[in-house]
Amino acid sequence: MSRIGMNRFNDKAFQVFGIFATFLGIILLAIFIGSILMDGLARIDGQFLSSLPSRKAERAGILTAWTGSLWIFALTALLSIPIGVSAGVYLEEYAAKNWFSNLLEINISNLAGVPSVIYGILGLEIFVRTLKFGGSVLAGASTLSLLILPIIIVATREAIKAVPSSLREASYGMGASKWQTTWMQVLPASAGGIATGIILALSRAIGETAPLIVIGALAYVPFVAKSPMDEFTVLPLQIFNWTSRPDHAFVINAAAGIIILLGITFLLNGIAVYLRHRWQKKVNW
Amino acid sequence: MAKKGKLVVNTETQAHAEDKKLDNQVVLATENVNVFYGDMKAIDDVSIKMNENTVTAFIGPSGCGKSTFLRLFNRMNDYIEVFRKEGDIYVTGNEIYHPSIKVEELRKQVGMVFQKPNPFPKSIFENVAYGLKIQGLTKKRELSDIVEQSLKNAALWDEVKDDLNKSALALSGGQQQRLCIARALAVQPKVILMDEPASALDPISTSKIEELIFKLKEDYTIVIVTHNMQQAGRVSDKTAFFYLGKLIEHTKTTTLFTNPEHELTERYITGRFG
Repeated sequence: MSRIGMNRFNDKAFQVFGIFATFLGIILLAIFIGSILMDGLARIDGQFLSSLPSRKAERAGILTAWTGSLWIFALTALLSIPIGVSAGVYLEEYAAKNWFSNLLEINISNLAGVPSVIYGILGLEIFVRTLKFGGSVLAGASTLSLLILPIIIVATREAIKAVPSSLREASYGMGASKWQTTWMQVLPASAGGIATGIILALSRAIGETAPLIVIGALAYVPFVAKSPMDEFTVLPLQIFNWTSRPDHAFVINAAAGIIILLGITFLLNGIAVYLRHRWQKKVNW
Repeated sequence: MAKKGKLVVNTETQAHAEDKKLDNQVVLATENVNVFYGDMKAIDDVSIKMNENTVTAFIGPSGCGKSTFLRLFNRMNDYIEVFRKEGDIYVTGNEIYHPSIKVEELRKQVGMVFQKPNPFPKSIFENVAYGLKIQGLTKKRELSDIVEQSLKNAALWDEVKDDLNKSALALSGGQQQRLCIARALAVQPKVILMDEPASALDPISTSKIEELIFKLKEDYTIVIVTHNMQQAGRVSDKTAFFYLGKLIEHTKTTTLFTNPEHELTERYITGRFG
């Protein structure tokens, strides 16, 4: 084969492989979602959403689980957003660039890759035992906040880094302080990126199971959490619990629970995409 | 300084008046200033005095330190980590690195226009009002008066008066640069530093900026860094020639371009290097 023929062949071959690679993921996901929908969609109704857990599959519901997930979501957001964004702003705008800040940066990036069950053990020791939060919503949200803080910090830093220095110069040149420049220029300009990072981090948090099992969240909680100090369960835990039962009716319950959890995750991701799009339109360089 | 229409002056006294201006009060000055970036010496023992309501042009080949020197007067070099300076810098007689000087106050007096137009990604109104808002002015009425006046002074008002709420980023490059000038004027500075303000603009926008500079010097002391020697000749009263961090020559623009004292200056302005 001539050289040009070879190149053409390689080009074609790669295209075919690329199409295969692209569709592999999509098809697997479609099969998974399809089978879950077939199993569980019929099970979702008012009774399912508003019932407490039960030993009888047909009477069991996910009220405690989805309210628990909501509690965890809200409380984790409340704890992790201000701390994560502040840390990101500090590291990017205020901290001196030296070996210490480099060390911090490397460690924070590494923390984002630590297995979540390790955070569970940390949470168990600090929040459940030392601070005596028990197996409460607060302990769970604190643990998950630790888990997603590195993600939020890294996302905030990346978003702030993308703000051109000419914007800061313009602001400083007008006599603005660092604080004013950060609040009135840098943060609004990077808000899209920061919000996207936050939402992706939070959608990871509501999907987590392992750290919550470690800190002692229960699958069977016969009441809706009323305060951050109450015991709780979350959707992934409830699903995990149901899938391990021998009775097939519970597996159907699990499928229905997965649909709800996926729905929430897709919704959050959708919001993230929308926010990124909107802010990009508003702030284009 | 501002000549009123009633007063009839012949060209000779006008030229004399222009000369007199060069004896105005000194607004910007340095004494034996050295600037280092790490180990590199960027400014080498420069002393200079610039008078009120004059336009001074800084010229010189790339890397000669003229931008660095310009940015000394509003302390914009402070953000460069390896920056270090020796010697004193004065704005209206005050040493600007004295501990009692707040850099935010200094920058209200010494405005700056950058090489690349850098409006905020906000509305035209918000851009011009920014300097006032950070000073705590919130009265809508007062703000819009000053915004209007500043846009008029920057010769932009007629082009934007109907869409002040439009994004500043929708303006053309030349309009953006005049908006940046309006933004600087809004806080009523005494000095305006311009770092190659027209180098990213087309010839028509450039001439608009030059006309503007000519008009603004009645009220402001202006320092302009430029690579364009015709521009320096057109807009400035005095010109300073920098080479390798040294101030080689600082004199009346007409003198510098027609009868330079130094061999280096002559070689540069005649285009033999640079």
